[in-house]
Amino acid sequence: MAVLEIIGSLISLMGALFLLLAAVGLVRMPDTYNRMQTGTKATTLGSLLFFIGVGLAHPSWWGKILILIVFIFITNPLSSHVLARALHFIGKDPLLKRYSDGSSRDDLAADEKTGRTGTKSDAESGRTGTETETGFGPVPAGTEGDAR
Amino acid sequence: MADIIFSLAAVIMLAAVTISFIRILRGPELGDRIAALDAMTIMALSGIAFLAHFFGRVIYLDVALVYGLISFLGVIAIARYMERGL
Repeated sequence: MAVLEIIGSLISLMGALFLLLAAVGLVRMPDTYNRMQTGTKATTLGSLLFFIGVGLAHPSWWGKILILIVFIFITNPLSSHVLARALHFIGKDPLLKRYSDGSSRDDLAADEKTGRTGTKSDAESGRTGTETETGFGPVPAGTEGDAR
Repeated sequence: MADIIFSLAAVIMLAAVTISFIRILRGPELGDRIAALDAMTIMALSGIAFLAHFFGRVIYLDVALVYGLISFLGVIAIARYMERGL
């Protein structure tokens, strides 16, 4: 029992060190995308190790700790992905020139185009006020011809 | 022995939260601040798990679960605001 507590505390110490590495990376990294990736990956691993340490110290808590670990492993990369996608859509360029010039391909270009025309047509339909029959789809019917 | 190492881990976690708060204070744009806020909430989840161990109450893990859910929804909402406005 005491041996399990000591092992769990050492694993929690490793997790706290990963959290400290994530914080230092958040301050030291030069770009928004770099800060985002170092603030997400290292934090996920650090919190995983911290929760495993607490679960080793209290073996009857494993149910809720497993729920927490699965929850963090689902939601943390998802929120980072949504943030990076929003930054890419508003035109934030990466720091390195080899990732931001025209030589690299843009896999989200078609998605970005439909999203922007969708918001524009939503604004137009809101301005006219009467033609709202295409409002419930994610992409309005007029912009599909442009995408193809 | 184990309590001392757990307390040291909690102190290191608090230092990590404090250091990542610097990025919120001087982030040049909104994306930097939101990334730092996301990292800070995940670190605070570890802090709530330490409090559950320290006081010996399993109900604090439910607090951690609800806090993580609310922070996830907040990040999703702010990213959608950045993308196309409210």
